[in-house]
Amino acid sequence: MSNRATNLLVPIVSVVLGLIVGAIIMLVSGYSPIEGYAALWNGIFGDLYTIGETLRQITPYLLAGLAVAFAFRSGLFNIGVEGQLIVGWFAAAYVGVAVELPKIIHLPLAILAAAVAGALWGFVPGLLKAKFRVHEVIVTIMMNYIALHVTNALIRTVSEGGDRTERIFASASLRSEFLENLTEFSRLHLGLLLALIMVAVMWFILEKTTLGFELKAVGFNQHASEYAGMNVNKNIIMAMVISGAFAGLAGAMEALGTFEYVSSKGGFTGIGFDGIAVALLGMNTPLGVIFGATLFGSLKYGALNMPNAAGIPIEIVEIVIAVIIFFVASGYIIRLLLLRAAGKKKEAK
Amino acid sequence: MEYVIEMLNIRKEFGNFVANDNITLQLEKGEIHALLGENGAGKSTLMNVLFGLYQPEGGEIRVRGKKVDISNPNVANDLGIGMVHQHFMLVENFSVTENIILGSEPTKMGVTNKKDAAQKVAKLSEQYGLNVDPYAIIEDISVGMQQRVEILKTLYRGAEILIFDEPTASLTPQEITELIQIMKRLIAEGKSIILITHKLKEIMDVSDRVTVIRKGQGIGTVTTSETNPNELAALMVGRQVTFKTEKGPAHPTEETLTVKDLVVEDYRGVAKVKNLNLAVRKGEIVGIAGIDGNGQSELIEAITGLRKVKSGQILIHGKDVTGMKPRKVTESGVGHIPQDRHKHGLVLDFPIGHNIALQTYYTAPISKSGIMDYNKITEKAQQIIKDFDVRTQGPHEPARALSGGNQQKAIIGREVDRNPDLLIAALPTRGLDVGAIEFIHSRLIEQRDNGKAVLLISFELDEVMNVSDRIAVIHDGEIVDVVIPEETTEQELGLLMAGHAEKDKKGGKHRVE
Repeated sequence: MSNRATNLLVPIVSVVLGLIVGAIIMLVSGYSPIEGYAALWNGIFGDLYTIGETLRQITPYLLAGLAVAFAFRSGLFNIGVEGQLIVGWFAAAYVGVAVELPKIIHLPLAILAAAVAGALWGFVPGLLKAKFRVHEVIVTIMMNYIALHVTNALIRTVSEGGDRTERIFASASLRSEFLENLTEFSRLHLGLLLALIMVAVMWFILEKTTLGFELKAVGFNQHASEYAGMNVNKNIIMAMVISGAFAGLAGAMEALGTFEYVSSKGGFTGIGFDGIAVALLGMNTPLGVIFGATLFGSLKYGALNMPNAAGIPIEIVEIVIAVIIFFVASGYIIRLLLLRAAGKKKEAK
Repeated sequence: MEYVIEMLNIRKEFGNFVANDNITLQLEKGEIHALLGENGAGKSTLMNVLFGLYQPEGGEIRVRGKKVDISNPNVANDLGIGMVHQHFMLVENFSVTENIILGSEPTKMGVTNKKDAAQKVAKLSEQYGLNVDPYAIIEDISVGMQQRVEILKTLYRGAEILIFDEPTASLTPQEITELIQIMKRLIAEGKSIILITHKLKEIMDVSDRVTVIRKGQGIGTVTTSETNPNELAALMVGRQVTFKTEKGPAHPTEETLTVKDLVVEDYRGVAKVKNLNLAVRKGEIVGIAGIDGNGQSELIEAITGLRKVKSGQILIHGKDVTGMKPRKVTESGVGHIPQDRHKHGLVLDFPIGHNIALQTYYTAPISKSGIMDYNKITEKAQQIIKDFDVRTQGPHEPARALSGGNQQKAIIGREVDRNPDLLIAALPTRGLDVGAIEFIHSRLIEQRDNGKAVLLISFELDEVMNVSDRIAVIHDGEIVDVVIPEETTEQELGLLMAGHAEKDKKGGKHRVE
């Protein structure tokens, strides 16, 4: 079997296998897989509205995936995307509420605030790693909790005891009438465009700049990078700052597009953690992140339709979705099986 | 004569590439049989076929006269074939016994029975004169001792035929001597040995017969006592090889590198370089001879800015570079071929082209205002690949995929091409075959003849003697003496390296002039 054929076959076989196992789970639980998958399909592609909403759901996954992938390429495991996203969300919403400015200034300012907040949240673990070799996984996990509770407290202060801020001024909103009209008034917003631009930005940094060359070198081999005169510590901090900025932008998507406010949270959004899976599914490449985010966003959003349209409890739905993603992630095993099957055929001849 | 192993007309293909073609190797009982070939000639492939890791496309294997099908390493084990790997497969924080029983732990009522195993290990160790403590932790013992654990591992599993894969690559001269004794003891106890190597001296010292392969082809088998190193080298590379490195007299002028009273500590705060003085002049090669671990690594790392200097001074062209960052030192005109090419010399996951640009990626024409021009990297890489005879499919091939010799040529190309005033070469020929060694030595001499200063660090006495114009002997962090190669002997150097400097010397604090 040619390499190209395997490369194409692996994801297809993976998804099909995932769907089959998912179907079996629905069947043994006493629900119709056909109805279930029809509901999933309609939940993703049913009409223009659902397509718009699916795309909206994909948007923060894109940025969260980029954040994780960027850190991975520099040899760092940023589990703190969740916290960086939360502070970005708050920062953008705060700027959106606190001042009223012309849109041309207000919107970029709010977006920038989110990126800076996320970058700052990434800077701390980056600095600790660079200066004291404190493992970034520990620091970023703790920074997630700090982000969650600090923003909750700030939201209470800003809203004078309430649990959500005012709606942001229209001048800071990413929503667009054009996109809303196009998708039967879904909440699809201009953030998708920004996220796609950021995909290009990540590709540009990694593949075209001297910084990207250094970041990748440090990611692969710190000793050789040091030998070659690179400032390893500076690169570690830069990687975390840029990764954090991507995560902060994911928060801006929620603050300025989807919700147009920020409310206090009982727990994490999960988007930041799903970003890890998105990045790994996409093999930490910018284009791969588009694939990973699309898969994640579509399944997550489409699944919401399964309890309503097919009467399948949300718990089963989540298991089915997890199984599908699991099989996609197991591409390596599938590849092995395909190669073995091909090998057998060759021997039989 | 009885053959314990016969590999007849073995052929192994990988896709369109033929790694082994028509190779025959017959191992007599009780002999040390050397398998000689350049890096990438197919030695490891052949042994992996014998060990059951690869299935051959042609030929047959017989063990004690019986045709066998070695489909996996367990079959090889059961047939009494054991492999002592070049890169040890040991768990660092396990004890010797735990490593040896790993994978087939003896149990007593469901609990691992380490005590009996340790006794068995101790008995084997005594029988073969290995002198291994069964309870020692791997990370606490020397590389030579770790290798003996690997040997014990195969003996414990009942190996009758031992394959040694480049066993001397990481050993000190003393450890090599001891290993040779161990191998002779194994033979005396009735074992048979296949020794994979490209070191001719070892072959002449220990082997009974030699099978030579070149570019995957079986060239033939010769009896060691009826051949000589020149003939073997010619068989291996397919042309005559010069052993004595050709070089004219040196014409040294002013000092390029001056090291004054240098003290360097390791991470525990123990001084590894102690008040060391050294000078390297333009147009000469100074060799540092010494046993591994006497401060050589710390000295180079201090000069190149990779390690902090406790006290003392390092001057390049009279300019103080002490405590400067590696890049500043590099830009002061220093080229550095690092001791460990996988750790420091290369980013193995990068293409070889990127690696060739590793010291110049941030400068024009490759990088302009922070933007890379990868076409320029490719151009540069192609030039160096050509000039330095790096055998690779091209600049985009991952560095990991190149053989050791070609990785090293790429590093040397990168460093020499920048035309540094001082070239530091640390173990530049470690693990390489004679062809590559010859090439690298001639490049170092070429740099010298172009009026550059060269500092060579090596554990191989031959290399230091052949290439250097002056030899500085390092022992316990100090230069104990400086000698001229023509006026000394390996014996004298060996004594100096071991710290037996004549007592009337000025206590090691003299300056190298």
